[in-house]
Formats: sequence, C-alpha cells, structure tokens
Amino acid sequence: MMGSSKKSKPENMGEAWMNILRYIKRYRYVFVIAVILSAIGSMLSLVGPYYLSDMTDAIEDGIHGNMDLDLIWGLAVTLLTIYAFSGIIQFVDNYLMATVSQRSAQMFRRDVSRKMDRIPVSYFDRSSKGDVMSRVTNDIDTLGTSMNQCIGSIVTALTTLFGSFIMMTFMNIHLTLLCICIAIVGFVVIKVVAKHTQRYFRSQQKNLGAMNGLVEEQYSGHMIVSSFGGQEDALKRFETINDELSVTSFRSQFLGSISTHLNGLISNVGYVLVCVTGAMMYIRGDISFGIIVAFMIYVKLFTGSFTQISSAVVSMQSVAAAAERVFVFLDYDEMSVRESTVEPATVTGRVEFKDVRFGYDEGKEIIHGFSAVVEPGQKVAIVGPTGAGKTTMMNLLMRFYDVDSGDITIDGISINDIDRSDIRSMFGMVLQDTWMLEGTLRENLVFNREGITDDDLDKVCYEVGLHHYITSLPDGYDTMMDDEDSLSVGQKQQITIARARIGKPSMIILDEATSSVDTLTEMEVQKAMDRMMEGRTSFVIAHRLSTILDADMILVMDHGDIVETGTHTELMERNGFYRNLFNSQFETTSEN
Amino acid sequence: MILKYLNRKEWALIAVMAAFVSLQVWMDLEIPGYMSEITVLLGSGGSVEEIMGEGIGMILCSLGSVVCSLCAGGVAAYVAAGFAKTIRRKQFQQVQSFSPGEMGRFNTYSLITRSTNDITQVQMAVARTSQLVVKVPVMTYIALDKIAAGSWEWTSVTAIGILAIIIVQSFMLFYVIPRYRKVQKFTDSMNRVVRESMAGVRVIRAFNAESYQNRKADVANDELTENNLFASRLLAFTRPFNGVVQNMLTVIIYWLGATMIMAAASPEESLHTFSNMVVFSSYVLYVVSAFILLAHIAMGLPRAIVSAHRIEEILETEPSIVDGAGAEAEYTDVHISFRGVSFAYEGNNANTLSDIDLDIMRGETVGIIGQTGSGKTTLVNLIPRLFDATSGNITVNGADIRGYRLVDLRSRLGYATQKPVIFSGTLRYNITYGSEDRSDEEAFRAAEIAKLDKYLEENDGLDTVIQQKGANLSGGQKQRISIARVVCRKPEVYIFDDTFSALDFRTDVEVRKALRRETTGSTTIIVSQRIGTIMDADRIVVLSEGRIIDTGTHDELLSSCAMYREMYESQMSEVTSA
Repeated sequence: MMGSSKKSKPENMGEAWMNILRYIKRYRYVFVIAVILSAIGSMLSLVGPYYLSDMTDAIEDGIHGNMDLDLIWGLAVTLLTIYAFSGIIQFVDNYLMATVSQRSAQMFRRDVSRKMDRIPVSYFDRSSKGDVMSRVTNDIDTLGTSMNQCIGSIVTALTTLFGSFIMMTFMNIHLTLLCICIAIVGFVVIKVVAKHTQRYFRSQQKNLGAMNGLVEEQYSGHMIVSSFGGQEDALKRFETINDELSVTSFRSQFLGSISTHLNGLISNVGYVLVCVTGAMMYIRGDISFGIIVAFMIYVKLFTGSFTQISSAVVSMQSVAAAAERVFVFLDYDEMSVRESTVEPATVTGRVEFKDVRFGYDEGKEIIHGFSAVVEPGQKVAIVGPTGAGKTTMMNLLMRFYDVDSGDITIDGISINDIDRSDIRSMFGMVLQDTWMLEGTLRENLVFNREGITDDDLDKVCYEVGLHHYITSLPDGYDTMMDDEDSLSVGQKQQITIARARIGKPSMIILDEATSSVDTLTEMEVQKAMDRMMEGRTSFVIAHRLSTILDADMILVMDHGDIVETGTHTELMERNGFYRNLFNSQFETTSEN
Repeated sequence: MILKYLNRKEWALIAVMAAFVSLQVWMDLEIPGYMSEITVLLGSGGSVEEIMGEGIGMILCSLGSVVCSLCAGGVAAYVAAGFAKTIRRKQFQQVQSFSPGEMGRFNTYSLITRSTNDITQVQMAVARTSQLVVKVPVMTYIALDKIAAGSWEWTSVTAIGILAIIIVQSFMLFYVIPRYRKVQKFTDSMNRVVRESMAGVRVIRAFNAESYQNRKADVANDELTENNLFASRLLAFTRPFNGVVQNMLTVIIYWLGATMIMAAASPEESLHTFSNMVVFSSYVLYVVSAFILLAHIAMGLPRAIVSAHRIEEILETEPSIVDGAGAEAEYTDVHISFRGVSFAYEGNNANTLSDIDLDIMRGETVGIIGQTGSGKTTLVNLIPRLFDATSGNITVNGADIRGYRLVDLRSRLGYATQKPVIFSGTLRYNITYGSEDRSDEEAFRAAEIAKLDKYLEENDGLDTVIQQKGANLSGGQKQRISIARVVCRKPEVYIFDDTFSALDFRTDVEVRKALRRETTGSTTIIVSQRIGTIMDADRIVVLSEGRIIDTGTHDELLSSCAMYREMYESQMSEVTSA
C-alpha cells in the first residue's frame, strides 16, 4: 500500500465517534438494530458448543450401551435450528451494516464535494491539494470500509468474550481459569511483538516515500535525463533506495505475519492444554467428555475474542482519526450567503471602489485604501511588475476574497449584497490559470453552458486562432485532452480564451490572457478580445504594455500598492513609476 | 506471466517454502490424531502419563507447525521482496530507455503508479498468495486422505457440504470480482473530479460551474456506492453461509456417528467409531476452511493480476528509439543537416513537420522562430533523437544520427528544454548534471554566465540545497540553472528552446550577452517567439505550420518574408508607439 504517513491516532476518540453517530442519524434505527442483531448472532453461536457438548455426552453414553437416539436427534435438530437461525441473523446484520456504512460513505463524499463549493478560495490557496484529496478519498474510504467492520467486530467480540466466559464458568470453573490465563498470556505476547515491529513499518513507509520521490523526479525529468546521459547516475540513486526498500519490506512483511501466526499458536496451545487438562480431569471423573469437546471450541472463541477486541480498537481509532479529518473539513467556516437584489443581465457596469483595504494575512495589509470610479464601457488596465498584487484586485472584484474594509459597488450596489454566483455571471473572464478539464476539447470549450452548436464553436475557434490545431486532431472537438503535456501553454491559453468568448457577460476580466502566446497569434486573438470588450466594462491585466495603451484608466501597482492612476498619456507625463516601467521595456528591446 | 522474472535461486526458495508449508499442514493435521489417541485412552482407562505423552506430542506438533509457518512466511516474504526489487529495477531501466513518445503513451502519472503501487501489489500477492497456493492443495490432499479412512456416510455428507461451499463461493466470485473492478474505476474518476475541482476552483467559480462539477462527482459517487453495496451485500451472505455449513457438517457427522455406534458390534468398535467421529469432524473443518481460503486467493488475485499486467506492459514495450551501430563522426563543414524531414506524432493525422531541408554549418548560430504550434520544439527534439523523423534523414558530422550510439550523439549536444528540469540535491549537482567531472571553478563559471552568481552568494553557493522539482526556486531561476547546466557541459552544439522566456528583460539581455561570448565558435540553435532573442543570429529560420517558409539574416528576412516582418512589427510596436 502507498499508505500516507498520516496519524492513525485520533485526538478524541469518543467525540469523533459521537460525531459519526450524529452524522448518520438518518440510519440510527438501522444501526441500532444491526448492533442488537450482531449481539444476538454471537450469543447464538455460543450456545452451539453447549448443545454439542450435550450431544457428545449422549453419544458417549451410547458407547456403553444405552444410546438415546431420540434425545440425540432432538439435540441435533436444536443445534441445526440454532445454527441456521444464527446464520440468518448474521446475514441480516452484515447486510444492514454494509448498507449503513456504504450509504454513509456516499453521504460523506457528497457533502465533502458540496462543501468544496462553499468554502472560500483562500482555503485552497493555503492548504495542499494532496491533503484535501486524502480527506475526500482515503479518509472516507476508511470510514466506509472499516466502520461496519469495527462496530460489528467489537460487538461480536465483546458478546463472545462475556458470553463464552459465562458459559464456561457455568460448565467448569477450572478449565475456565485455564482459558483466561491462556488468553491473557497470548494477548500480552502479541502486544509486545506488535510494539517491536512498529518501527519497521515506519521505515518501510519512509523508504516507499523516497522511492516515490525519486521515480517521480526521474520520470518527469525524463527528457533531460536522457539528453544528458543521466541514466547511470539515476540508476545508482535508485539502487540505493531499492536495496533499502527491499530489506525493510521483507522485515515489515515478515514481522507483520508473526502476530497472525502467534494467534494460531495461542489457539492451538490452548486447544492442547484444554485437551490434556480435560483428559486428566475426565479420568479423575471431574467432568464429562462432552465438556472437553465444548471447551475445545470455547477456548478458540475466548482467545480469539481477545485479539479481535484489540484489533477492533485499533481500527476504531483509525476510523475516528479519519472522521476527525473529514469533520474538520466539513466544519470549516463557510462563505456568507446573501439574497441577491440585482438581475445580472441588466447590469450597466458602473464599478466603484470606495477606500478598499485588504490583506491576505491579518495585519499585513496590501491594498491601502484604494478608491476609483469606472464608468460603464470603460477599459481599465492594471499593470506592474510580477508579484505586485495585480491579481488581488481581481480576487476582490470577483469576491474570491472579501475586502477587509471599504466597499466595491456595481451599479451602486455593494458586492457584499450580491450573491457570489450573480457577480460571477456578470463577468466573462480569462484567467492566468490555464486550467483544463480532463475531458474532450468540446467539454473544455463548452464547459457548463448549454445549447452551443458546432458552428458556434467553429466561429470562436477561428477567431482565437485554434482552427488549424483542431483540424490536426484525430477526433476534432471530441478528442480527449487527457495528456496535459501535448498542449503548449500558448494553446491552452487560446482554449481558455475561446471558453470565455462563448457567453454574453456584462463585464470582462482578462488576467494575463495572452502571456504565453506569440505576438502574431496574440494580434489575431486580440481582435477577438477587442470585440468581446466592445461596450463592456473591462479589466485587463497585462505585462505587454502595448495592449493597454488605449485603456481609459491604468492602475499602476507595485509591492501591493497602487502607486499611480491615470491614462497612458497622463502617466507618461507624470514621469514616475509607469514611465520607468514602460521605458525599461523600450531600453532592453532596443539593445538587441 | 510476470513470474518468468523469478530466477533459479528464487524458485529454489519457493520450493523450500513449499516444503515448510507442507510440513506445517502435516503437523496441523497430526493434532486431531493425537486427540483421537487421547479419546481412546480415556475410553479404555489409560493412565495420566500416557495421556500426557500424547499431549506433549500434540503440543510439539503445534509448536512445530508455528515454527514451520513462520519459516514459510519468512521465505515467502524474502522471495517477494527480492522479486519486487528485481522487477522494480527492470522496470526503472526500461522506462529510462523509453523515448518521450513512449513516456507520453503511458503518461508520467501512470508510470509512477506502475513503478510503486503496482509493484507493491504484486509483492504482497507473491508473499501471501504463494503460501496459500501451496497450502490449499496440500491441506485438501492430506485432509481428504484422512477423511477417506472414515465411513462412506461421513465422506458423502462432507462432499455435499464442500460442494455447497464451492458453488456459493464461485457464484460470489463471479459476481463480486467485476464489481470490484468497477469500484476501482469509479474511485479513480471520483478522485479525478475532486482533483480537477480543486485545481480549477477559480475558473469553476468564475463560470458558476459548481453544479456542473458536482453532477460529475455525483455520477462517480453513486456508481461507486452502488457497486460497493452490491459487492458487500453479497459478501454479507457468503461469510455466515460458510460458518453455517461448517457447523451443520459437525452436527450431521455426530448424528451419523451416533447411528453407527448403535450399529456397532462390540464396545471396542463403538469406542473406535466415537474417537474417529471426533477426529473426522476436525478434518472436515480443515477441508472446508481450505476451500474458503481458495476463495480468498481468488478475491485477492485479480487486483494483483491487473497490476502485473500493467507492469508487463512496460517491460514488454520495445523502446522505439534504440542505439545505432556506432557511426564514426567526421569533421565536416555542415554540422547538422536535415534532408526532406517530416514528422507526425503518433495518432495524429496531420504532419507536425513537413519537408524540412536545412544545413547548419559548424560554428553557426541559427535562430528558429514561428508561431505557437508551428513545430519549433519538435524540430529541435529530432536532433538528440528524442523522437525519430517519420521520413527523411538527419546527419550530424556527416553521419546519420540513427547510426550513432545514443550516448555518443547526445554527449555532443547541450539541450536546454522549454520546461526547465530541476533535480533535488545541491545546486552543484544540478549544474554539473551530465558533466560530473567538472571542477567547482568550472561550475561556478557556468553559474556566472547564467547570471546565477548573485543567487549563489545569497545562498550556500554550489552547496545550496534544491528541493524536489525546484519548489524553492522561481521560474526564472530554474531557467537560469538549466542554462548553466548546458554551459557547464561545453557541448559541440548548444540548443536553447525558449529558455529565456521567464527572465525579465534586463536579465535576458545580460545572460544572452555572456552566452554569446561563451559560445563563440560553437554551433548554437536558439528557438524563440521573441524576435529580439534571435535577431542577431547568423541565420534565422521561419517556421509556419510545420514548414520552413524562409531563411536568412534578420535584414534579409525583413525584406523577403512577410510573416517575419509582421512579427517584427507587432513586437516592435510596443516600442515605436511610445
């Protein structure tokens, strides 16, 4: 298994389980019934040996001449009934438990994916994707597969433990004590062994991680490795880890099997001890032969339930730990929801920034009181060096993040009073992020819109210069875009632009939309984008200043501050930061 | 089968393991025999000493059985670990010999899984299943042998019980295994949707496409749940069923025993039948559990078999690009030459490159320019034989590149790829990658040329630790390291594929100036979208839709090539309009 090095111990096992039970309250009754059934089922299987013992005694009496076939038949029928009945009960119990846990896992997965829509973008910016992934997949899988098993087995084990204890004391106290001793000794031995094998499992995890890292690095850097003849060096590194891994995987596998074998040994030793001691007691006339037969079964059940409880506790812990991680995610603070008061389609696009203050981290303000008015149809450009915080303004406008103080209004209405989905449907946007779906080209272009025909697609793809690429594809629009590497960044940007071009928004946001496209293609695409911006309020972030010379307002940002505002001509006249930025571009190109 | 990769020593060890397993089973099955003796002793009034004697024999057998099974387990784990090591190594070497074409066919993510998870699956299967594969037949054989000594009534009842279990188990396997395959499939698609939704959170929200993504997740989730439910509900039936059959068999054997004892002629015979009855019922439990174990193998194996197939798929893929016989290089004026070269990617209808004819002279600097998707990168990828041309031929130093041994060919080239590749380790390791014999002075000089000297000063110099994938570096730093690596290699031919794009304007110019001094006299190929980067090359090649539409110097192209002029104007307009 690739098992993560995640903690397997919960913070608070009781609370985690209470949360689980509260969560699955829809299945509360089914759950309780299942628990009761498994208690009954295991009690029935305990009664079995008792009747079997009677039956053996009756047969043994028969050896000495007075075989009571009617009594034996009666006992046999009772036993068969008991076994059949307990089989049915176990089946119903397993069936219910399987249903409850699979349905709960389904509910968990569903809620987690819904939850993802309601938590702020900042969560995803801050936490690692691998972490969220493992909550959604591994942790929920653990819940789904282990929840029924561990509840079922803890109930069964406890019932068996107490039940067989009672049955045994009822039959013979000495043999019972013997069984208890065997079980305790066995339990202690297994615990001690398990403790010592723990570290080999940890080093196994570590080596697996190292192997994973090496393989990933070598495979993803394959081009360079083969061009630079790095294979031998890589093989040397690989061999070191492979040797280590081989040793630790042997150890952990072998030592892991010891405890299973010990279980068998303890149960066998118990069996033999019961036979021998029982035999001696039988000779002395203390017990009947049937009791030996019954104890032969009870000793197995009794020692078995001990180990079963300890392994059930371990899996209850891992279920609780998994549940804790899932609940932390499910309880994460959600974004506030507002009733909307605007109709997105009728927005004219007057945007006003009123003394906007914002910082990603508390106490580190990066927008210090920005104010500006954007009239409908104006083109606003945001420029500045990389990392100046240009994208922050877009994050605020789209309400990926909320302002700390001040306000942004659209047509005079505060964006805090507009539902997020309504704000977003006002904008058509092309993001720096050239994110692609794993699906066909068509799915990537059409995305969630409906009623888009091939003709619409042809038109848009022609505009953004994708038509040549599409004709080279084996299945046209239906070609799968699964291999990320087969597309250049420039082509991905073209697809992203085409995606935004389909649709009729009131305002436009372009965030470095053409940064990786060559200039000639950019000119082609620019026409499509100009058409898109016509008559619409638009916000453009660009590093090629030529594309924003005609902007109605240029916001110049540096180190998170808006340092200058104005049109191109105004800013050039001011002879400040913008002029410098503009000239640096001029300077360097002219040097060539 | 993947097992062909086991060597002779491992097969010998497997034989040893089989011996241990057989011994263990034999000892396990001796135990009821002792029990029978004890029963007889009890019935015939044997002494405590006699019973103790049998009891000690029983305990010894039981201990011996555990020792044997530990040994068997140890040997199996040892063989499995060694086997995993061997195939992991084979697979790694195989992947190393792949060309980017094969890498793309499998895709990197899947190759990583195959080298890690799949091997672990196979290893587990070898360690666990190999024991069961020996154990089950041995168990069945010995136990059946013992049972055959019993009466025909017992044997036929047992046969019916086993038959019932076989039927139910096969029925279950037949329905459950395909479900588990589906579970795996839908788990994958569930994970894919979640990963996708996280990576694209901004785009999804910007398009209000949350419910679109949720619908996809729900489909996977529901399918996953239904298949899981089906499988686990079936299993809910089989487990109690096996238990019931086992228990019922015991009762019926006892009942039959009672009637047989009734019919017995003498008390000795009755006693004998009685002890046989107790022993026989233990054997029956053994046989039945052997068949249940068989079902366990059948449940566990499919997953391992799928993994094994995935591994074999790699081991059996012939690398499309293999060593040549070892051509002799000459000192020719034409350094690299393309003759009628066309290229199409596997599965694509259209050629990415068509009819390329190009001679690159020794010591010449050639710029290659063209729009996104015009085939620039593909063209330079052909030189180190990352891909082989579909038709036409390419020569380096007068010899066809397919005639060289790959190492010989590639050691002549210094290729800086579009996406910089950074290895975890020190900066020294990254710069001297592929030229490990360089001194620290040489490495430092290479860093200086790539304008990394300041970065080196601010950090721990060449000993600066680089994280995996260069997580602690900016895009520009990564590109500069990949430039330094090429410089450090001092190759015959330098190839830079858009290696300056993440550098800011000023650094770009500085790096290129230093590079020009360094590479004087060497053949240099520079791929770029920026005219500025290639305008002072000796010759510029303009590519469009996979064809060379013109070649010449900057000034020649300005007058002869409309497309070049257009590109120039579009890029210079940023300046002139000021």
